[in-house]
Amino acid sequence: MNLIVAASSSATFPVLPSLLIVPTAGALVVAFLPRARKDLTKLVALIFSTITCALSLWLLSDFEYENHSDMFQFVSRQSWISDFGISWSFGVDGISLFLIVLTGILFPIAFLAVDPEHNDRSYFAWMLLLEAGVMGVFCSLDLILFFLCFEVVLVPMYFLISRWGHGNRSYAATKFFLFTMAGSALMLVGIITVAFLHADNVGGSVTFDLVEIAESQSITQGAARWIFLTFALAFAVKIPIFPLHTWLPDAHTEAPTAGSVILAGVLLKLGTYGLIRFGLYLFPEASHFFAPVFLTLGVVGIIYGAVVAAMQKDLKRLVAYSSIAHLGFIVLGTFALNTEAIVGSVLQMVNHGISTGALFLLVGMIYERRHTRQIDELGGLQHSAPLMAGFFTVVMLSSIGLPGLNGFVGEFLILLGTFTAHRWWAVVATLGVVLAALYLLWAYQRVFHGPAEKENAEMTDLKTRETLVLLPLLALIVFLGVYPKPVINRMENSVKTLVVHIEKHVSGFEEPVNRHSLGEIKIDTQKSEEGH
Amino acid sequence: MVDLVWLIPTFPLLGFLTLICLGKSVREPIAGWLATTAMAGSFLSVLLVFIGMLLEKNENRQKVFTLFDWIPAGDFKVDIGFLADPLSITMCLFITGVGTLIHLYSIGYMHGDSDFNRFFTYLNLFAFSMLVLVLGDNLLLTFLGWEGVGACSYLLISFWFRDRANATAGKKAFITNRVGDWGFMVAMFLIFFNFGSLQYLEIFNILESNQIAKTTTTFIVLMLFVGAMGKSAQFPLYLWLPDAMAGPTPVSALIHAATMVTSGVYLLIRVNPIMVEASTWSTGLIAWVGVGTALFAASIAVAQTDIKKVLAYSTVSQLGYMVLAVGCGAYTAAIFHMITHAFFKALLFLGAGSVIHGMDGEQDLRRYGGLRSLMPITAGTFIIGWLAIAGVPPFSGFWSKDEILAFAWNKSPLLWIVGIVTALLTAFYMTRQVVLTFFGKPRYLDAGDAGDAGDAGDAVDAGDAGDAGDAGDAVDAVDAVDAVDAVDAVDAGDEIKPHESPWTMTLPLVALAVLSVVGGLIQLPFSSSTKWLEHWLEPATFHNETHLHLSSSTLWVLALLALVSVVAGIGIGLTTYLKEKIDKQIFEKPILHNAWNFDSTVSRFMGGPGSKAFAAVARFDKQVIDGAVDGTGQIVKKTASILRRTQNGLVRTYALGIGIGAIGLLIWFLTRTTI
Repeated sequence: MNLIVAASSSATFPVLPSLLIVPTAGALVVAFLPRARKDLTKLVALIFSTITCALSLWLLSDFEYENHSDMFQFVSRQSWISDFGISWSFGVDGISLFLIVLTGILFPIAFLAVDPEHNDRSYFAWMLLLEAGVMGVFCSLDLILFFLCFEVVLVPMYFLISRWGHGNRSYAATKFFLFTMAGSALMLVGIITVAFLHADNVGGSVTFDLVEIAESQSITQGAARWIFLTFALAFAVKIPIFPLHTWLPDAHTEAPTAGSVILAGVLLKLGTYGLIRFGLYLFPEASHFFAPVFLTLGVVGIIYGAVVAAMQKDLKRLVAYSSIAHLGFIVLGTFALNTEAIVGSVLQMVNHGISTGALFLLVGMIYERRHTRQIDELGGLQHSAPLMAGFFTVVMLSSIGLPGLNGFVGEFLILLGTFTAHRWWAVVATLGVVLAALYLLWAYQRVFHGPAEKENAEMTDLKTRETLVLLPLLALIVFLGVYPKPVINRMENSVKTLVVHIEKHVSGFEEPVNRHSLGEIKIDTQKSEEGH
Repeated sequence: MVDLVWLIPTFPLLGFLTLICLGKSVREPIAGWLATTAMAGSFLSVLLVFIGMLLEKNENRQKVFTLFDWIPAGDFKVDIGFLADPLSITMCLFITGVGTLIHLYSIGYMHGDSDFNRFFTYLNLFAFSMLVLVLGDNLLLTFLGWEGVGACSYLLISFWFRDRANATAGKKAFITNRVGDWGFMVAMFLIFFNFGSLQYLEIFNILESNQIAKTTTTFIVLMLFVGAMGKSAQFPLYLWLPDAMAGPTPVSALIHAATMVTSGVYLLIRVNPIMVEASTWSTGLIAWVGVGTALFAASIAVAQTDIKKVLAYSTVSQLGYMVLAVGCGAYTAAIFHMITHAFFKALLFLGAGSVIHGMDGEQDLRRYGGLRSLMPITAGTFIIGWLAIAGVPPFSGFWSKDEILAFAWNKSPLLWIVGIVTALLTAFYMTRQVVLTFFGKPRYLDAGDAGDAGDAGDAVDAGDAGDAGDAGDAVDAVDAVDAVDAVDAVDAGDEIKPHESPWTMTLPLVALAVLSVVGGLIQLPFSSSTKWLEHWLEPATFHNETHLHLSSSTLWVLALLALVSVVAGIGIGLTTYLKEKIDKQIFEKPILHNAWNFDSTVSRFMGGPGSKAFAAVARFDKQVIDGAVDGTGQIVKKTASILRRTQNGLVRTYALGIGIGAIGLLIWFLTRTTI
């Protein structure tokens, strides 16, 4: 029954490949639009990204989560380079589902929110190509295909930063490119090694199929640990994990607004998603073995990112450093290796995309008006732009992790799960919520509170278009905070499957759970029905 | 009728949503009336639920209403659900009751403010969060309300954001509270890890049927107490509350006196089954922090010159009493004092607001005097509030404070002694405040007098603008009067004209005054049958309360001694400030005025070494970590530029290279073959 559902939906229409094909086609169309019809470029780009968004939403509505036993759905497989067992192999589960939807939603918003300063055609073409690459990473079940998409993403981003960025953009773009490139170079070696070792150990032809390699777990422990490190390095740069993070503030700050939104909203998740899919799933034993290292680096990131953020003088840089702290939470939850924490991490990837995306949009809107991001030069903006201040407040509170808004749910689940597994890490990481309030409220105070002088007093408030762009993000912030259940439900089974997979392949490892689940404590149900 | 509990928070939520959608499209008083109606609706629903609960038998007075699943993940599951029991409904009664009065008052107080609508939007959101806090059937939902009230408090303290000081105060409140929230969160993790649930009733069930290690419960209690220290302003996390007075006065009354600040105490009482399982040293610690805070804050209140600062420190001090009660296991007494305190402290704050309103924004006690005849209603009600907080029988404060002190004696006479000294100080500083405000000569008319008053403050308060010196001071006072005149040109007066406030402000004062008088009736100590509150709260306290082992004669003596201390406090106050027979400098020490320099020391640390440490980390990031990255780039560049010299395009260089290579290879092969 379940198989039929999965098969039929993929047979009727190949949704996942379309997620790559539509934006790629869009990029080509935009690139070859007649130079005279400049007015069309944005519209065409918007149409293609909206179609992609619609596809991702369709995926969401058709996703089965209650009576579904297959790990991946909407699976589609086309042989590509058959000699090496490389194929166009796509599939989606509860972990990638919402990242795909997030990508689908953020791109049209980024298009609507800000116009590039010059040369529209190539800007929109690069953005659409970027979207295709990101979608590819989240959908692919083939290691080579994954690597291809993972690397393809760099090219458009490089050009977006270096050509449409601010100030020190070429330094930032080069740094971004070299840093991430260096990180992932070893991963290619890792990928090839893993495929050939797998073929050697199992016998038969070489394959790069993720599920096949992951499920067989044929590689010896020692080799797997080394290979895991090559993957982890690539992801650690991408996330970024302390101390490999310094490309991020530069790239974020110098990128154009839309670039920063996508960079923070989606691109950083390539790393955290990679850690789960190609770290935990592909190398469960190595992940478990190295978990303490990553837990520690996660906690360091949380505290360190927050402290450095507090000292930034540039508003955009501050938001960039806040990302390091937030991503620290995600890394922490991932390596806690239990259901609550990993669900929290995946949820937090989505939440961070929404909140930080919105923050970068707002900072961009301030920059457009005041042509500065220096916190010193701003002040009293709530006086001249109360609506913007209102939006900023909500987004800020979501980023701080106020219960009732989206950020809290993920953060709390991460900390709760981590506490169950490694309590001291969680206790220290929880200090991050104090620091988050510190740097964000301080920044808010300096930018929006106080008396407004000169240009600050005359700044215009949000335009209708800008309000409309921010409203959906705001709605998501509230909805995910009040009723995250539909999202969690769709993630949970996939995460549980993953945890069971880890338990199965790591000898002596059991999912860290609370004492009640261990059976040490019993609830007297009869009594609780009666009440006291 | 208990089923209507969901209505209670719904009203303010609807009010908030309506106001936020309407934005600036409605004119001034409408938004205020809308918000007030929402609160009144909420109060009526609480009344209905309350009556419904009274009709139930004692053992059926605890019901859980689950609305929907909130966060279900893995083994963790938590609902949006309300727990209606005598404790939560009692809290709701005074939150919505006092809340409605303060909303009504605000219509008058905020008249003419350009952000009138925004104020009421926040106020309704606050009420909603506060009700969720007390009604939540699990710790996480309580935490939602807890953080919600914190956020609203932040928004309302920095309401007049153009003034930097207000913005700073709001930020300080939020961040200090977050330190406490760290404890709350860790406590939740501990509870979930050990009990597998965050729902109150489930936790209590497990506690009853399972052995939980004492260290565990002790740690949970301590961590929850850290949270309570933040919200309920206990030492050392009290720092934010005095600054929070930067907000509009109704906010101080509602949030920073009557409701939000009691939530820490509420939390500890709510989890009383865990409290009794914790080791005695932890509850002892709570009692000592409470009574210590009470004394500490009362001593500071003695020397404050700002009418709201006096009340702020007084609130910290009274919260200390409540925490002391909790530490002694006197949960009913804590709730009792919470209720009476809500009445009389809201009354005092609103009265102070009325004075400030009537004096065109002046907050300095030294510039008041003789206002009794000009503001008769404000003065009359304020005096009732004074007698209530000072603990004069038969006003409400006497009964609740007396009960706490009895429990303190029961736990340790030392606690009682500190408590009684605090009571004396309380009576003293409140007398001082009342006399300076309403009695004596008016000091706002005469520039010379104001100068005198300034003299007194000079030594004490270098930070206060306008106290630079005799001459400057007098000039300043004149200036202030002039400025006010310019504004009030319509009044055609030559000086400040103190006036009584409109009915929307005086009506709440009268209502709260009545409550402050009769509030004690709900728990009279004479016999078991007059202890109504104790019986009523039983379904929530589970007979976990400490029992007094004191004879009735001991109780009478204790009450008498308390009375003596109160009379002494009032007497010294009157002699010093009304009769002026004792030099006030004896009491108004600079160190007390500066709050034992604790706040300034902390600020100096944060501004000095604290911020230097942060800056050092940021510098480390820039120079060491990013420096290493750029350094790697530089090394590659330099190496490349050296290597580049070999690629000079000359055939002879390459030929030389080939030659050397060939020779090298030859040598290598030869050495290999010979061996």
